[in-house]
Amino acid sequence: MIKPMTKFLAATATAALLAGQAMAYTAYVSNEKGNSVTLIDTETMEVIRTVETGQRPRGITISPSGHELYLCASDDDTVEVYDPTTMELLHTLPSGPDPELFVLHPSGNPLYIANEDDNIVTVVDVETRRVLAEIPVGVEPEGMGVSPDGKYVVNTSETTNMAHFINTETYELDINTLVDSRPRFAQFTEDGSKLYVSAEIGGTVSVIDPATGDIMKKITFEVPGIVPEALQPVGVRVTRDGKTVFVALGPSNRVAVIDGETDEVVDYLLVGQRVWQLGFTPDEKYIISTNGNSNDVSFIDVEARKVVKSVQVGELPWGVVVSPN
Amino acid sequence: MRNTIVRAACVALAGLGWAGVALAEVVEARVGLVLVQDAAPLPLTRLEEPAENDGIAGAEVGLADNATTGRFLGHTYALEVLTPTPEEAVAAVEAARAGGVGFFAIDAKAALLEEIAAAVPEALVLNIGAEDDALRLSGCEANLFHVIPSRAMKADALAQYLVWKKWDRWLLIHGSHPEDIAMAEAYRRAAGRFGADIVEERVYEDTGGARRSDSGHVLVQRQMPVFTQNARRHDVVIAADENEVFGLYLPYRTWDPRPVAGDAGLRVRDWHPGSEGWGGTQLQTRFEKHANRYMSGRDYLAWLAVRIVGEGVTRTESADPQTIRAYLRSDEFEIPGFKGLPLSFRPWNQQLRQGILLADGPLVVSVSPQEEFLHQTSQLDTLGYDEPETECSLDD
Repeated sequence: MIKPMTKFLAATATAALLAGQAMAYTAYVSNEKGNSVTLIDTETMEVIRTVETGQRPRGITISPSGHELYLCASDDDTVEVYDPTTMELLHTLPSGPDPELFVLHPSGNPLYIANEDDNIVTVVDVETRRVLAEIPVGVEPEGMGVSPDGKYVVNTSETTNMAHFINTETYELDINTLVDSRPRFAQFTEDGSKLYVSAEIGGTVSVIDPATGDIMKKITFEVPGIVPEALQPVGVRVTRDGKTVFVALGPSNRVAVIDGETDEVVDYLLVGQRVWQLGFTPDEKYIISTNGNSNDVSFIDVEARKVVKSVQVGELPWGVVVSPN
Repeated sequence: MRNTIVRAACVALAGLGWAGVALAEVVEARVGLVLVQDAAPLPLTRLEEPAENDGIAGAEVGLADNATTGRFLGHTYALEVLTPTPEEAVAAVEAARAGGVGFFAIDAKAALLEEIAAAVPEALVLNIGAEDDALRLSGCEANLFHVIPSRAMKADALAQYLVWKKWDRWLLIHGSHPEDIAMAEAYRRAAGRFGADIVEERVYEDTGGARRSDSGHVLVQRQMPVFTQNARRHDVVIAADENEVFGLYLPYRTWDPRPVAGDAGLRVRDWHPGSEGWGGTQLQTRFEKHANRYMSGRDYLAWLAVRIVGEGVTRTESADPQTIRAYLRSDEFEIPGFKGLPLSFRPWNQQLRQGILLADGPLVVSVSPQEEFLHQTSQLDTLGYDEPETECSLDD
């Protein structure tokens, strides 16, 4: 089904093509305290519009087709599904209480949701809108990652301090890997050979071999003039070629750049305050960071490893996703 | 990917040289929660009467948290609750130790706490009740860990906020109990450290009498303005009133219209049921589901003590108190306490470093340390007595 493009998007796309530059995509930023989503044109880096949402929007993702935008409305205990073009609320999904982060199966269905309050991961069929399973995990499930082949979903539990490998066919926990304190986020590489798990309080990112669950390396962080306790890794993203890893370092207001081959930190980029989550544009020209305490997002030029612009959004920006088309 | 193996457990067993042995060897940690029954006066407000299971419910939630993690690792946990009188306390703890309890979270007065710790030298004792700085300054016991912040830490936490606010002229009013006198001393020290000025001190004598009566507010409304009359020019009134004799009567009743802080108004708290920072909502809701009430400071400290034991067991794969002692003292140990920066122990006196909440009735106003106050090792060490200021130098 072909969706009608808005005039605005059509115009920017044409302008971008004429200028010989990358496509303009739309970035969607969830504003936790603002109860809104801010839409940003990634080429002009201007805010297109701000849309009111349910209460306390946090986790945000988009279907592979680009036709559905999913948003955790944590305080409404639901997942909202929007048409990304019109930002019309299409329907909601049953999510279990207090959904914070989720991940879509690479095929676009089902959706795996971490329910912090109930120590479970809820599996929801996004088409029939029914709960397929509730999987008991550790205390305070938070981060959710999915292997590129879709066979494993990894959930991190913040108080149990583990990465739980959930078999997506049997819903069993096949492997449980103990990581450092308060694991926040799990991110596979595109080829499935590595899993990165950030530990906010531990101050590390564990590099895990998904085949065995063994930790191959722990990445640590150090910035002169910043107390070690403030270097709290949260969001993690990896370029498709696996060569560059970006890690949001919370209250240190920095994003670490890591060489994906050696897993060594190569640079720290100063962004806004309390940097939380990250999202690439589909062409990987930019990675966008949400800076909760300064109410803005930073556009980072991936190749140049430079922050190119800050854009003011709503109150307490939390998550970001960019449309695939 | 291999299926249905709890790998961490296998690795642990292999690491201990038990490879090939079935998963029958279990690590079991038994925690004793000791709540010594001192005669406590009624609180001034019926809203703050402690629940029957105050502290116990917190330990139970901590135990459930530990057990969930233990399920994946083959570790088990047990909780024993002891509620002895002060006279029975040492014998009760000794008996529990003989029965295999390796860890004790204890709410007792300082002298008794030291006596208990000395009676079970092979066990770990986690202090969740005694705020006395003396315990952290000299005569430190090797098996005694302080989970509860000291009075100096609390005074420093409040002082940092008030100085940040530029409310640096204090009228200090303290009670006549030994605890209040110690707390007043902590405020004097804090004022000196952070550049505040105690312009005047007054003592509110506890003359006894009923804590609550039907029309008590009529009298209080007349007494408190008079008591605070003609004070030197001040920005804020600081109340040191641990036994709740007068502090709560100060707000809105002082002669001069000034905010009150300390044990009334902006209160220094171990925990606050309105705190949602750093994912704290999850702990609050987990607790409320379990206990059907809000989490008190005593519940929080009991929860934290049990979680500290759990973290030690998880990371060392052992329930041996001495193994865990070494781990808790090491740089590796840190635990999230929903107070911002990770919590860890000061190795010289085994005091838990932690942020301190400042809260009015319904909300957390701020969490100290304030970021403007710096320290060469840990910002949390801007609260309380630092290493060079103590005689304690516990080592491994």
